Amino acid sequence: MEQRTITTEHGSGGAATSELIDGIFAKAFDNPVLAQMEDSAVVPGADEIAVTTDSFVVDPLFFKGGDIGRLAVCGTVNDLLMRGAVPKYLTCGFILETGLPLEDLEKIAESMAATAQEAGVTIVAGDTKVVEGRGGLYVNTAGVGFAPCSTIGARQIQPGDVIILSGNLGEHHAAILSERLSIDTDIQSDCAPLVDMVGALMAGTVAVHGMRDITRGGLGTILKEMAEASGLTFELEESRLPVTPKVRDFCSLLGLDPLYMGNEGKMAVMVPESDADEALRLIRMSAYGTHAAVVGRVCAGEPGEVMVKTAVGGQRRIDVLRGEGLPRIC
Amino acid sequence: MSDLDQTLAAVKARLKAYDGPRMRIMEVCGSHTSAIVKNGIPGLLSPKIELVAGPGCPVCVTPTDYIDRLIALSKEKDTCVVTFGDLLRVPGSSGTLMQAKTAGGRAAMVYSPFDTLALAKAEPETTFVFAAVGFETTAPVYALLLDQILKEQIPNIRFLTAVKTMPPVIDALCAGGADVQGFIAPGHVAVVIGADAFKPLAEKVQLPFGVAGFTGRHLLAAIDGIVRARGRGVVMNFYPEAVAQGGNAKAQALVAKYFEPGDALWRGMGVIPGSGYYLKAAYRRYDAGSRALQHDRPMNAACRCGEVLKGTISPKDCPLFKTACTPLHPQGACMVSAEGNCLSVYNEN
Repeated sequence: MEQRTITTEHGSGGAATSELIDGIFAKAFDNPVLAQMEDSAVVPGADEIAVTTDSFVVDPLFFKGGDIGRLAVCGTVNDLLMRGAVPKYLTCGFILETGLPLEDLEKIAESMAATAQEAGVTIVAGDTKVVEGRGGLYVNTAGVGFAPCSTIGARQIQPGDVIILSGNLGEHHAAILSERLSIDTDIQSDCAPLVDMVGALMAGTVAVHGMRDITRGGLGTILKEMAEASGLTFELEESRLPVTPKVRDFCSLLGLDPLYMGNEGKMAVMVPESDADEALRLIRMSAYGTHAAVVGRVCAGEPGEVMVKTAVGGQRRIDVLRGEGLPRIC
Repeated sequence: MSDLDQTLAAVKARLKAYDGPRMRIMEVCGSHTSAIVKNGIPGLLSPKIELVAGPGCPVCVTPTDYIDRLIALSKEKDTCVVTFGDLLRVPGSSGTLMQAKTAGGRAAMVYSPFDTLALAKAEPETTFVFAAVGFETTAPVYALLLDQILKEQIPNIRFLTAVKTMPPVIDALCAGGADVQGFIAPGHVAVVIGADAFKPLAEKVQLPFGVAGFTGRHLLAAIDGIVRARGRGVVMNFYPEAVAQGGNAKAQALVAKYFEPGDALWRGMGVIPGSGYYLKAAYRRYDAGSRALQHDRPMNAACRCGEVLKGTISPKDCPLFKTACTPLHPQGACMVSAEGNCLSVYNEN
């Protein structure tokens, strides 16, 4: 049987477009707001909202531990969470290349729906365009979250805070690179919505000062940016950084540095030292936070610097990632 | 403390307390340069032990003629240059491959040389020129790629080679009077050519060579060994788990099948006799003009990459360092690669 794929007709705005929307997206994302099929979604609101948007171009579309659909939901949901907000609504815009198998699109839509359900968000609006191409797919998601927490931000970080990492470094990056290089590893992408872990932190008694998810550029880049914004020094201990032996071997094989590898379901949190144990307990309650660890601390020292005490006792200064890193990782 | 930790502690104590004659130790491998920074090694040494990066980063030592040739090829009709990412940003005499690409040249970035096979099969009317830079380490990979091209009879792949060899360049540095009292011998190169390959050289220049791996422990052990062997022409293998004395015979045979030694031009260092590998005459039809590359004119006349690569100046002594030459706007090759001498120092400070 011939495989059905996206054709220019699917972008016509006519019958074929409707078929695509009804047959795949409306079916997968089914909810009363979307079902109205109006020009925009009208939804209940809140006083203050967090808003964000992100585009996803990952290659390949499917990888161990996830796919572009799950990634597109997690990325935007996690960005909302990092401001302490409760993610509520998502929109999604697809750009489909001709030649994309409809079966793949269906799988991606179903994966988005399942991840949205896991994250407790509703996909309330969407759009589809078709361009000539070689079977690729790009997706943009925008998100709205309620009740952001105004006291979380790099400028709230204090000397004496500890730096907590919610889990192992580098897994998404290593999974994508394994696919691209056809290296047979069983490293899975860590792509995940951090709703339960952040929810628990926000509901608890922990004073969260800083929170950032670790995406492109890796832990090194986000910490350097946060250190600069806070005007403080971050000190890390290499021996405390959680990295699985598999990812560590993978990195040494390819000359990569786990500090600069992207994750898609990990975050760094800064809390007062007195709250560290409770924060760890709450994060570890999540299925995505079992390997959480305190990896360093904040001090006054040199403003904007990130220093690592290396495993052999040396000092290493960390800068943001330079050069391209790995393109099309998310 | 375990035995291993006790040994490490003893090595660290010795290296911190060293008060003998000044030792300037050169590493000639980009991965070592980056591992030294990553592990914070310099801070663990006595002020009398200085580490200096030599010509060990393949991208750094590639002369401008090579980049210019890649740029010219990228602009030829039905031709696409295939390269690792770093090379895209290395300045030739008047620009980079990246700039040529935005001006209509064709260059594809790959993670593995073998990706070229799929590119070539998908577009049989296009000639794909692989930018084969590197040292003894990558030569077997290129040989394997050519092996596959011959087996599959793929007609539209060529190589522009700039494959260089380590012992001759170290020899040339020493002959030039380099102020160096020992070498950290390149671990990956030694996996292929063997620790013994450095023996004649060590005996000739009467300096200690320590073959090292890439962890902090490996590096400290090698530096300690080199310091203790000061003034002696010996080769010590501190990476025996990966490096055999005789190297990897299979890889050597593969290289010998397709490549032959020849004189090679190094950025800022001139032509060094016998320091390169070129495709043998029988396979010359797969070459895109590698032997014709004889010039080396830096884009910025003030660039001192050559002296940096020879270890005669520190990157900080170059007038362009951190002023005109930065990671985002590199003027010379040493500021481009993550393993580059200048970028390493830039990131360290």
